[in-house]
Amino acid sequence: MTVQPSRLLIYAILIIFAAFYLMPVYVLLVTGMKGFVEVSLPRMWDLPSGLYFDSFLRAWFGSQAQGFRGLSTNFLNSVKLVVPATLISAMLGSMNGYVLAKWKFRGSEVLFPLLLFGMFIPYQSVLIPLVQTLQKMQLYGSIPGLIFVHVVYGIPITTLIFRNYYATVPTELVEASKIDGASLLGIYRWVMFPISMPGFVVALIWQFTSIWNDFLFGVVVTPNPAVQPVTVTLNNLAGSYIVEWNVQMAGALLAALPTLLVYIFLGRYFMRGLLAGSLKG
Amino acid sequence: MRGLTWDRVTSILLIAPSAIAILIFVYGFIGWTGWVSLARWDGMLQDLTLVGLRNYQKLFDTERFQIDLHNTVTFTLLFLASSLVIGLLLAVLLDQRIRSEGLFRSIYLFPMALSFIVTGVVWRWLLNPGSRELGSVGVNLLFDKAGLGLLKSGWYTDPSIGIKAVAIAATWQMSGYVMAMYLAGMRGIPEDLREAARVDGASELEIYRHIILPLLQPITLSAVIILGHISLKIFDLVSAMTGPGLGFCTDVPAYFMFDTTFRGNHFSQGAAIAIILLLSVAALIIPYLVYTARTEVQR
Repeated sequence: MTVQPSRLLIYAILIIFAAFYLMPVYVLLVTGMKGFVEVSLPRMWDLPSGLYFDSFLRAWFGSQAQGFRGLSTNFLNSVKLVVPATLISAMLGSMNGYVLAKWKFRGSEVLFPLLLFGMFIPYQSVLIPLVQTLQKMQLYGSIPGLIFVHVVYGIPITTLIFRNYYATVPTELVEASKIDGASLLGIYRWVMFPISMPGFVVALIWQFTSIWNDFLFGVVVTPNPAVQPVTVTLNNLAGSYIVEWNVQMAGALLAALPTLLVYIFLGRYFMRGLLAGSLKG
Repeated sequence: MRGLTWDRVTSILLIAPSAIAILIFVYGFIGWTGWVSLARWDGMLQDLTLVGLRNYQKLFDTERFQIDLHNTVTFTLLFLASSLVIGLLLAVLLDQRIRSEGLFRSIYLFPMALSFIVTGVVWRWLLNPGSRELGSVGVNLLFDKAGLGLLKSGWYTDPSIGIKAVAIAATWQMSGYVMAMYLAGMRGIPEDLREAARVDGASELEIYRHIILPLLQPITLSAVIILGHISLKIFDLVSAMTGPGLGFCTDVPAYFMFDTTFRGNHFSQGAAIAIILLLSVAALIIPYLVYTARTEVQR
């Protein structure tokens, strides 16, 4: 069997691009694993001489001597933020999507795009009143405040994901239950919710990723370094001149780990969420 | 009949909290920001005396804002063009019955799972200009090793490049997304269509040129809208990678807004920037939402 030269060219291009996408990962990994002695910018691309985890330890625990904050508590803050915020917004999205897909009312065709617009706005256009309102609600500067913010601004996308998902469920299923005398909530509880798993997986992954990766709300709503989510701490770490660049790289890898793991193990559903984000799901 | 009305009430009750939250936190807050942008609030103390469009006037006269607008246009054009071209190229290549297609796809798409902050931290070092003592580092060093020293550059530290370097990092992060969208679109095109063209004697290239690409137009539109609105709002990446840069060469309106509002306490000026940002995004998104709603009704 001979290989056509055009096929070879295709593979060559694909591999060159793969190298482009993986290049930063390579640098993250080799830099993070180098010992402090062998870390130098001109040797950035060289492999480490052995496995050292000093950079990861320093990025995680910080350094009292150098006076910078590690990622550990803030990583935990992100967990405390992401888990409830993701669950609550998926639940809300599921109920909204159910009503908008199966119980259309007068005005629901208008309500839906009005909700959707909320996921495209630049959040800068709500930040000033948001801070003022959170202060009045005694939620400013706290993790519950951040949870609240992510739940509210997560409504559009989770509603979209579930509405699109429930639209694929035959309406006859709902009609038949109605004839059997089931109520709206009964149908949700016993008919729709049990088959909602695919919708939940997509919505949970989407919200997990975008809340974990959020920076703007974190930096505006939580000015106190002890309360901030991990992205904000990483940004401070990277913006500091006293923190060595290998520690910054190790920190970036640590902060990226949860969403990377989700991507590696649940990539298929991640993809579905992405395509839903383009409204065409 | 009574049961039906009760269900009506429940349906409204279910959706009411979300609808009210969005009404207040999106539309109400936008209105409030609009008010602040017309007021004289410049400092810690809230001052809501209306001054008309003065803040906007001043803003457009500010050099930093003019540079920001210029940067946004440059960034958007470069980021959109390169993401669309790379995304389409990769999708077409992956569509050629490639062995281990899944692996390639995963590699191209994984940056989407990362935070812009992580991307910014890594690319800051990759596009580091190096220094006289250190010599070349990062990508420049790679160019040196490959004998492509000519391509070396100061990247984001060079004011003539500035924001374009940030666009490289953004393309790295988002082009896989475009690839995925195009690929999903191509897989939706029935094989018969290609087969018929082949029977008519069309070459593979012609099939893409005259059949597949025209059918992918709605996807190009979606991609332009999605990437376009991300590009107008870009903030995290600039924040982690470069900050406003020398002479604001990497500054963008979203960063200026954050800076002037929450560091400088110039609330009215910040609000004016936010409203301009919102209007630019709305000009892109609202026609798209209307268009999607219409085609959905037709279906």
